[in-house]
Amino acid sequence: MRAYKPKDDVQKKSYYTDRYWIAPQVPTSKVEDDAVFAADLAAIKAKFDVSDAYIQVEQMVVYIKPEDNYAVLELLRDELGYTQLSEMSAIDWIAKQGQFEIFYQMLSMSKRKRLRIKCFIDEKQAIESVSPLFRSADWSEREMYDMFGTIVNNHPYMKRILMPDDWEGHPLRKTYPLQGDEFAAWYEVDRIYGKEARAIIGPEIRDSAEVDRLDTERFSRLGFEVPMGAEPKAADAEPTVETLQEEGGVFLVEKFDEADGHIIEDRKR
Amino acid sequence: MQQPNRLRPFFENITFDREDNEMIVNFGPQHPSAHGQLRLILHMQQEQITKAHPDVGYLHRGMEKMAENMIYNEFMPTTDRMDYIASSSNNYGFALAVEKLIDVQVPRRAKVIRMMLLEINRLMSHLFWLATTALDIGAMTVFLYAFREREYLMDIIEDYCGARLTHAAIRIGGVPLDIPDNFLHDLRVFLNKLPENIKDYEDLLDTNRIWLMRMEDVGVIPEEMALSWGCTGPMLRASNVKWDIRKEEPYELYDEVEFEVPYSDKCDNYARYKVYMQEMRESAKILYQTIDMYAETVKNNETELMAHAPQYISAPKLELMTQNYSLMQHFVLVTQGMRPPVGEVYVVTESPKGELGFYINSQGGPYPYRLKLRAPSFWHTGILTDLLPGHYIPDVVSIIGTTNIVFGEVDR
Repeated sequence: MRAYKPKDDVQKKSYYTDRYWIAPQVPTSKVEDDAVFAADLAAIKAKFDVSDAYIQVEQMVVYIKPEDNYAVLELLRDELGYTQLSEMSAIDWIAKQGQFEIFYQMLSMSKRKRLRIKCFIDEKQAIESVSPLFRSADWSEREMYDMFGTIVNNHPYMKRILMPDDWEGHPLRKTYPLQGDEFAAWYEVDRIYGKEARAIIGPEIRDSAEVDRLDTERFSRLGFEVPMGAEPKAADAEPTVETLQEEGGVFLVEKFDEADGHIIEDRKR
Repeated sequence: MQQPNRLRPFFENITFDREDNEMIVNFGPQHPSAHGQLRLILHMQQEQITKAHPDVGYLHRGMEKMAENMIYNEFMPTTDRMDYIASSSNNYGFALAVEKLIDVQVPRRAKVIRMMLLEINRLMSHLFWLATTALDIGAMTVFLYAFREREYLMDIIEDYCGARLTHAAIRIGGVPLDIPDNFLHDLRVFLNKLPENIKDYEDLLDTNRIWLMRMEDVGVIPEEMALSWGCTGPMLRASNVKWDIRKEEPYELYDEVEFEVPYSDKCDNYARYKVYMQEMRESAKILYQTIDMYAETVKNNETELMAHAPQYISAPKLELMTQNYSLMQHFVLVTQGMRPPVGEVYVVTESPKGELGFYINSQGGPYPYRLKLRAPSFWHTGILTDLLPGHYIPDVVSIIGTTNIVFGEVDR
């Protein structure tokens, strides 16, 4: 019987993990330890639900409700001095809990502090766009949609950004195949030549090391070369006898003699 | 969405039959001054741009996806291919993020060498920027001069790590090699000559009429716009925000060296040009200081180059060859990879282009669960949407030039 492989996470797995191995944790500290973060958290908590908050590697992490994202970021920008949205994206937890985790990485230049606002949304749940607050979110949200398929409401120009417009699937999901699927193999053939050419051209060869002896485009008929325009030789044909031009003693062409060569010791600049 | 086929290809919802005078121009993705694979869809009234849509993704290689399926050390050479003009900066950003995650201390000599590499990379990147931008605007001489200097730096880097473009010169926990014999001498020769060289460029450009016409009051990015678009690095500093991560959130030994943070309140292309030129001088200043710092580590006999953390980083070669347990640990680290603790970090460094951030979410496995690369050029490309309208088509070239975008980094 074939070994069972989960379909909801097709990413590479460690081939061996000790049975009794327990992963250590990156140490976290309480928000109260840092006065600036404590004040920021109090300001957020006064208006919004905060499910969890801690400091990890010098940055505060705050978990909020997904429907509060716009209001929280507005509060951070206008009242708490977090004027830049450095980064935002999602993390795929669908295999584990059917959710995406969205994070907003904020920077306050006046306080020299960075904090991370996080929230969980369900797979089909939409989240409000924050691009009216931070223009940088315009492209980040497009990238997030492109990579994860998360739905963003009220975005001015929601469209794929890195992948082609008609691409199927969202590459950073854990369910996305690593090797390129059926769709990817035919993508360029369909786009360039049309579906009717599939039988003539065949699927895209995704193994870069593959050598097809009958392929006329990739110069790989090694040992079975034919004159230009001629039909490729049959699979059981005799290999072409190859003679190099310089072996016959051609005028002005000298064959490189390895024994004659030397390596320059000191390179002049 | 319109279904594309060979007779009706899909072009970004562009309708070609229009009643007004609006013209749509496809700038790139193969335009020589687009600095890589940038495609701009420009809506124009006469020569004036009314709407701009930067289209990126032509160099998308899925680095984040690759990272999720690689052990941490394996990913290091891939980071070279982000900002390939200054690849050690990317190596360093990634190494620092993982070091924060596993909490190791890098030996002092490794830190000094890393700082040298970072500043050499900054100089290389800025020289490249100057060369290509000047070339776009028609200054062929500056291009040749700047590439001559960059070539010298690439030779220095080659002496260190053997590679010229994709260095992979930094490891998680330190650096693989000590600097070679002639390295400091060569570097000093270069640095002594650099002020003259920069003066040459400035003599050619500073008061050049063509340069001023193409640069002054073109591509003005107000402070609010720069902050809102997430601009960092020289783009932000030329927009009147004095923010340099090396100064504000110092990493490595940047708190021990003295340097200025150049910034400008003019916000235009010319301001960015001046910031780049000044930054080159500051980098040279830092490099002089790192040479002294290196001499100090030699004097104090601090020879270690890699951090000591046997559960994450292989022991030195001598130990591997003499101690069985170290060899076993090394074997596990190479075949299975290190397993950082469960947690997440977002670590920023000041790359030549701006804030280069690595967000790593580790679930205790040998592969990162999620790795987000925060590349500065991504937003420096995005800002073109708001920046270009109102400008004329020749300005597009000089604006793309001064944003200093590199598409390995935009598309990742």
